[in-house]
Amino acid sequence: MTENFPLYLIIVLPLLGAALNLLFGRRMGNSAVSLIACGAVASAALVATKAVYSLATHDLPPNGMLIDQLMAGDWIIAGDLKLAAGLMLDHLNSVLVLIVTWVALLIHLYATGYMEHEPDYARFFGYLNLFTGAMLILVLGDSLPVTFVGWEGVGLASYLLIGFWHQEDKNASAGRKAFIVNRVGDFGFLLGLCILYTVIGTLKYSEIGSHLFELRLPFWLNWPAGYWVAILLFVGCMGKSAQIPLYVWLPDAMAGPTPVSALIHAATMVTAGVYVVARTHFLFDMTPAAAQMTVAGIGAVTALFAATIGIVQRDFKKVLAYSTVSQLGFMFVGVGTGAYSAGMFHLMTHAFFKAGLFLGAGSVMHAMGGEGDITKMGGLGKHMPITRWTFFIYCLAIAGIFPFAGFFSKDAILAGAFASRFTMAENAPHWAKSLIDLYPYVLWGMLVLAAACTAFYMWRLYFMVFTGKFRGTHEQEHHLHESPAEMTVPLIVLAVGSVLAGFIGVPEIMAHAFPESVAHTLTFFTDWLSPAVVPMSPEPHSHSVEWGLMALALGVSAAGIGLAAKLYRGGISQTAVDMKEKFSSLYRLLWNKYWVDELYDLIIVRPLKVLSRVLWQAVDVVMIDGGLTKVGPAVVGFFGSVTRRIQNGDVQRYLIFVVVGAASVLFFSTWWLPHKGTMGKTTVEKRRVTLDLGEGKVKAGRLRFRVDWEGKGEWEQSGFTTLFHDYPNSGTYNIRVEAQDSQWGFTSSNSFPVKVE
Amino acid sequence: MQQFWQNLSVISTEHFLILGVVLFAIGVFGVFLRRNALITLMSIELILNAANLTLLAFARAQQDMRGQALALLVIAVAAAEAAIGLAIVVGVFRNRHNTNLDDLTLLRY
Repeated sequence: MTENFPLYLIIVLPLLGAALNLLFGRRMGNSAVSLIACGAVASAALVATKAVYSLATHDLPPNGMLIDQLMAGDWIIAGDLKLAAGLMLDHLNSVLVLIVTWVALLIHLYATGYMEHEPDYARFFGYLNLFTGAMLILVLGDSLPVTFVGWEGVGLASYLLIGFWHQEDKNASAGRKAFIVNRVGDFGFLLGLCILYTVIGTLKYSEIGSHLFELRLPFWLNWPAGYWVAILLFVGCMGKSAQIPLYVWLPDAMAGPTPVSALIHAATMVTAGVYVVARTHFLFDMTPAAAQMTVAGIGAVTALFAATIGIVQRDFKKVLAYSTVSQLGFMFVGVGTGAYSAGMFHLMTHAFFKAGLFLGAGSVMHAMGGEGDITKMGGLGKHMPITRWTFFIYCLAIAGIFPFAGFFSKDAILAGAFASRFTMAENAPHWAKSLIDLYPYVLWGMLVLAAACTAFYMWRLYFMVFTGKFRGTHEQEHHLHESPAEMTVPLIVLAVGSVLAGFIGVPEIMAHAFPESVAHTLTFFTDWLSPAVVPMSPEPHSHSVEWGLMALALGVSAAGIGLAAKLYRGGISQTAVDMKEKFSSLYRLLWNKYWVDELYDLIIVRPLKVLSRVLWQAVDVVMIDGGLTKVGPAVVGFFGSVTRRIQNGDVQRYLIFVVVGAASVLFFSTWWLPHKGTMGKTTVEKRRVTLDLGEGKVKAGRLRFRVDWEGKGEWEQSGFTTLFHDYPNSGTYNIRVEAQDSQWGFTSSNSFPVKVE
Repeated sequence: MQQFWQNLSVISTEHFLILGVVLFAIGVFGVFLRRNALITLMSIELILNAANLTLLAFARAQQDMRGQALALLVIAVAAAEAAIGLAIVVGVFRNRHNTNLDDLTLLRY
């Protein structure tokens, strides 16, 4: 089932690169820094490839995995909580490990060109390596807490890189926004972990699947524990993967350098949520399918919502950012409808073309001197042919045009959504069940609309930037140039990926047309993932329906492209300007992004600010600064004014205190203690005489007592302060008591006359 | 009383202890009452030597060399203390042209 492999190397290498660059990078030259950064990621990529190769070729059963037990059972120990830390590589995360390492390598290479004039070169690459290491921890972790460590690590790296140019306040606050919004999600994630641990007592991925019984038990509001865990984990995924309502940070995150947007905010980090849902699919698969429906619903709404915003935006990277949000929504519909391999497949193809789109955007902005407004561009195609034609391929891929990668992955998600069935609870009313039966078609419809919007805004972008006349300044036009090789080579590699990546996930019905050996390659992706995620069993619908859906999706995309071409080919047409006037209210709605940021500002940020102001003005200024800081010194000052008189500077008087103090200590511990010990009273009860010594001031055991009860010289020894004696005859006796201090040896004696009846 | 005078003819441990107490008392009162820093230092020496005398007396009575060793240690410490103390006194004198402890009241509230 499992085999050991030094997986830790994949993580340690980038982290080592980060440490070297962050600690010593300032003193090294730029070439040394880029050598370390790229070398670290390249070696991690090679180790990862070797690991996946071992996974594929060794005689492991299909659900086998490579493991690396780092800390078996002694990572976190706190009371009943006992967690192990380890790494694992199976069919599911091998896909991500390869994407992360290789795409990261390409983007590192690209960044050596893009950032060449950056004074803080080493810091940038240090952070980039840190991100890669953290992302690999996230992906390779064998349990949710290890993943969570990586999860927070990528959040940190993302924050650092968004605010990389923190000298500008706008960038720094974009970083903060990303961090804080993610914190909301991470809180849900952590809460989910806590519930999961209390219910099943383990957080290892390989063990969650065998505790489904406990997870089905009602937990809160009569919903099963598994549902709450799934929803809370998904809240974390909403934050990290920018889904409604926590997507607001991603468009702002474009304030970071473009390679960062490509690596973190398009290809890898933001897909972590999709990975976590696929990884913990046991929780989402449970019936009733409320968790799945939540995921799929939010995904579909996000996909459509973000795609409509993308239509009117003018900032190059903002369009791509909304496109990323929208595509992540597609992935969530995939994993939410049980079509896990479709979701993961789209994750992979999206990594290629979206990273490529961002790198293309970076290349354009590099040439434009940092200008990002597409209304100021135009006709760049003839100045930068490589960027133009690779961008052309990415746009075809993301629009879902056959046979580019996006076509196959988007088709898989659409087919999955169309074919999905959500099981309701047994006792659900009939009308609810029939309503739920419509749900897949609603999802599908929203996705098709979103796909049409996607095709339109991507091609609008393409036509506005690369065709027509240049709309910027003369100076900018003069400066236009193709980017250097270290930037164009990654573009080409990613373009090749965007063309070819789709061919390992061809739908079943298409693959059938080919001979057995070819068909095997064509459905490779689904076959590879099927052991890791239970393949969904969609209600088989007829081939004609499937072909029809495919053709419809293709037609809708083509229509989107056609419309974009009509409106924007060769420059912004008059029709486009007229339409903007005609639908001005709709345009304003989209241009202002549905006023979501303003809404959040109104209902969350402002109340918080008001509360903070109240706390500051009322609590801090009035109560603490005005009250406590005055009362405290007054009290201390009062006692000080009394006691400071002792400190009059006369050393000899101090000495008198010392000597008198020492003498009293000696007096009390030598003379006083045995003296007090022999004081006491006697109580006579018939013939029993009880002697109570020390008058309650002497602890038992502090003194050694000797008592002569009858005055005959017969001594009884004791350490207790309460003694008694039974006299055989009545009469008058003189009790003699001696007490000795066991420490100093001082002795005192006393006598008690008693009369016994 | 006769016993006491008889005992006086032989120097016993008690004699040493009585001498030690007397020396110690003289030293303590010297420290308390004299205002000259130099005299105070000398009084401290008296206190230390009273302790030494007691140590040696017991060491002789119990035939235990540890008391003598401790006395040697005290002498060493006393030497160091005297050196430092004298240095301070000299320093004070250079600054203020007297060593009257009553005037050295800078460290007060």
